[in-house]
Amino acid sequence: MPKQAPEERKSNFDEVALGYSEEQALAEASRCLGCKNPRCVKGCPVGVDIPGFIGLVKERRYVEAARRIKETNSLPAVCGRVCPQESQCQMSCVLGVKGQPVAIGRLERYAADYERSSGAQGPARTTRGGGRVAVVGSGPSGLTVAAELQKKGHQADVYESLHAAGGVLMYGIPEFRLPKDIVQAEIEYVKGLGVNLHLDSTVGRLLTVGELLRAGYDAVFIGSGAGLPHFLRVPGENLKGVYSANEFLIRTNLMKAYRFPEYRTPITVGRSVAVIGGGNVAMDSARCALRLGGEKVYIVYRRGKGELPARLEEAENAEEEGVEFMYQTNPVRFIGDDRGYVTRMECVRMELGEPDASGRRSPSPIKGSEFLLDVDTVIVAIGQSPNPIIQQTTDGLEATRWGTIVVDEETMATSISGVYAGGDVVSGAATVISAMGAGKAAAASIHNYIEKRGQSAT
Amino acid sequence: MYQVTEKRDVPPNIKMFKVRAPAVSRKAAPGQFVIVRTDERGERIPITIAGAEPEEDTVTVYFAEVGASTRDLGRLGEGDGILNFSGPLGNAIPVKGYGEVLCVAGGVFQGVNLYLAKALRGEGNRVTCVQVAKGMDHLFLVDEAREACDESYAVVDDDEGGGLKGLVARLLDEKKMSRVFTFGPVPMQRAVAELASARGVPSSVNLYPVMVDGTGMCGACRVTVGGATRFACIDGPEFDGASVDFDELTSRLRYYTPQEKIAMVLNERGVI
Ligand SMILES: Cc1cc2nc3c(=O)[nH]c(=O)nc-3n(C[C@H](O)[C@H](O)[C@H](O)COP(=O)(O)OP(=O)(O)OC[C@H]3O[C@@H](n4cnc5c(N)ncnc54)[C@H](O)[C@@H]3O)c2cc1C
Ligand SMILES: Cc1cc2nc3c(=O)[nH]c(=O)nc-3n(C[C@H](O)[C@H](O)[C@H](O)COP(=O)(O)OP(=O)(O)OC[C@H]3O[C@@H](n4cnc5c(N)ncnc54)[C@H](O)[C@@H]3O)c2cc1C
Ligand code: SF4
Ligand code: SF4
Ligand code: FES
Repeated sequence: MPKQAPEERKSNFDEVALGYSEEQALAEASRCLGCKNPRCVKGCPVGVDIPGFIGLVKERRYVEAARRIKETNSLPAVCGRVCPQESQCQMSCVLGVKGQPVAIGRLERYAADYERSSGAQGPARTTRGGGRVAVVGSGPSGLTVAAELQKKGHQADVYESLHAAGGVLMYGIPEFRLPKDIVQAEIEYVKGLGVNLHLDSTVGRLLTVGELLRAGYDAVFIGSGAGLPHFLRVPGENLKGVYSANEFLIRTNLMKAYRFPEYRTPITVGRSVAVIGGGNVAMDSARCALRLGGEKVYIVYRRGKGELPARLEEAENAEEEGVEFMYQTNPVRFIGDDRGYVTRMECVRMELGEPDASGRRSPSPIKGSEFLLDVDTVIVAIGQSPNPIIQQTTDGLEATRWGTIVVDEETMATSISGVYAGGDVVSGAATVISAMGAGKAAAASIHNYIEKRGQSAT
Repeated sequence: MYQVTEKRDVPPNIKMFKVRAPAVSRKAAPGQFVIVRTDERGERIPITIAGAEPEEDTVTVYFAEVGASTRDLGRLGEGDGILNFSGPLGNAIPVKGYGEVLCVAGGVFQGVNLYLAKALRGEGNRVTCVQVAKGMDHLFLVDEAREACDESYAVVDDDEGGGLKGLVARLLDEKKMSRVFTFGPVPMQRAVAELASARGVPSSVNLYPVMVDGTGMCGACRVTVGGATRFACIDGPEFDGASVDFDELTSRLRYYTPQEKIAMVLNERGVI
């Protein structure tokens, strides 16, 4: 797929991957065998009708192709861009056994982008008198639950604490990977189904889950995500210049700090930037730091290249743009100047031992290998756990000691009757499409729950 | 949009807004705050709730125009709309029967303090209130405080709190205070907390570090309390005054001073 050249893209926030031309899309679609028993579909957590939509692309019926995808996936332009297809639908494609699998994600993106730019009208609003459901959080899980319930004839009201809907799609994943107007266009589609969206509404503060149920909602879905940033807990971490990845990305993406001072939210990026961690969040932070003027941007990761949790494609993009990788290295403390700004970071080299519970080799520090690195900005990207407000303010809601909400894996039902949960708040930080898969499962069981209640009431 | 239904100027650079936000007005409690965004380009500005009028669907706030964002907000007039007004956020201060309490407020926080003082009095506490400002003409809500509290004092002082310290020390020595509550600039709150700690009186300070989301997602608001990192937006803003690392808080509050100066100059010149 065509991309902006690294030299050019590392100084702008425009989308890196440019998308297929029509010829490219048709050529790729023609490779699909249209299997009778498609293995690819089993690899997709929401079960998109892959041969079906690709068949429509072959016939140049792009709007219908997008509609076919939307029967099961309300956010195709997003998923086509950010799904880890190589480990999901594409990994299961039969063509992948001997050669290249069909580029399903790129075709999904092509169809969705075509439909959006064609200005085709969305489906009519559904207004059947079903139940009423409150959805907490407007990330991929919440949006999916809302859209699916709406299609089944219920009224879904989404409550979002931020001033924009979309969850990580808006505040976390950078513009150059997932343009925000595309996210908003997909949210418009979901709103078009009749979903009410209430922004500025933090559940647990403005309204509790209990109050929502008492206010007449038949059920509540919690999709509040995993947004609480972890820190390293080493000395000097509260120096100025040390950010959590979430803060750095929220300032950059949601608040558009790259356009300061026209946009009022400031951000600081020095010459030398160290990003701690090796996942997608670390790659996104490093690539944002480059675009914000960082001259040297390091990824400091405690394991080796083979263990990087980031998608290979994203690590390669970062490398092409000039991000430097320091493997088997871990910070032990941060050192500041007399005004409290970070200036240096003490690191230690790590050796890799036996595989741990996660199957990756566990790192341990090599004594005496400490060294100093000059840094003006540090971004800590070592993971997140669930947002805690709802767990703290909902009596009787069972959670693990990591803060994830406990659910029945099939129905997504929590310990409170009528309350369901899914996405990162249940699984811990995962993927867009797995959050959507959970949303889909929850919508199905919420539908059953409401139907049953209706029957027992009459 | 959230409409500004009433606006008042308070010297030197403070604005009082009443804002129509029905759901917030029904839920707000002393110690909680809102996050306000003036328009599409705006910063998320945290402001403490200084009153809620559910019968009028409004929430009252006082804010000082100190930088570009608060100036943008201050330019709005009665009838204008604020793009975002999210709250109530943070924990409410527990309002219960403490006995004899002291409420000390500096600068822009007089309304916030009075909101708490009234609630405390409603629970049967005996409330003494101290108001401090940098100049005579910068004191406000003085009559209201006199009416609402059992005892009230107004003093003129700088941030370091020379005269304030004497008064607070005297009040703490004369009366058996069960608890001290304080809102205001960091040096002032720190001074009050130290006076209280020296006399074994528990103090509640209210911390206003730099914030972005206000819901526990960014960690910008982290403060060190009792040796542990806490997030002021979800664990606070109220903390035990004896345990707070005020030096770190002061330093972190100056994080963006260079950028803010640029924004302020451009804003004054009408460039942004
Ligand atoms: C930087 C970054 C890059 C990523 N890149 C990828 C990628 O390339 N591909 C991929 O598949 N996945 C990626 N992920 C992971 C993916 O984004 C998440 O797994 C997914 O967004 C989870 O969806 P969710 O609906 O569970 O929660 P979220 O997207 O986190 O949404 C939760 C929403 O709930 C709101 N909320 C929280 N608490 C409350 C409350 N009390 N009241 C009201 N609203 C509340 C939040 O503000 C938020 O909007 C990335 C994540 C990050 C952080
Ligand atoms: C929970 C909370 C509650 C608050 N309540 C109120 C309130 O009721 N009334 C009110 O006037 N202000 C309040 N503040 C402070 C207010 O949010 C800031 O003054 C405002 O964000 C400054 O924005 P600005 O762009 O106009 O100024 P900036 O250009 O950002 O700053 C101008 C000057 O103010 C200082 N400053 C910046 N942020 C803060 C801060 N958080 N606290 C103290 N000084 C700061 C800067 O160091 C700088 O010197 C509160 C802050 C928090 C976190
Ligand atoms: S939604 Fe994701 S996993 Fe499913 S088919 Fe599309 S790209 Fe593949
Ligand atoms: S498995 Fe591959 S070839 Fe078969 S239908 Fe799916 S995408 Fe097409
Ligand atoms: S303001 Fe972001 S975590 Fe507190």
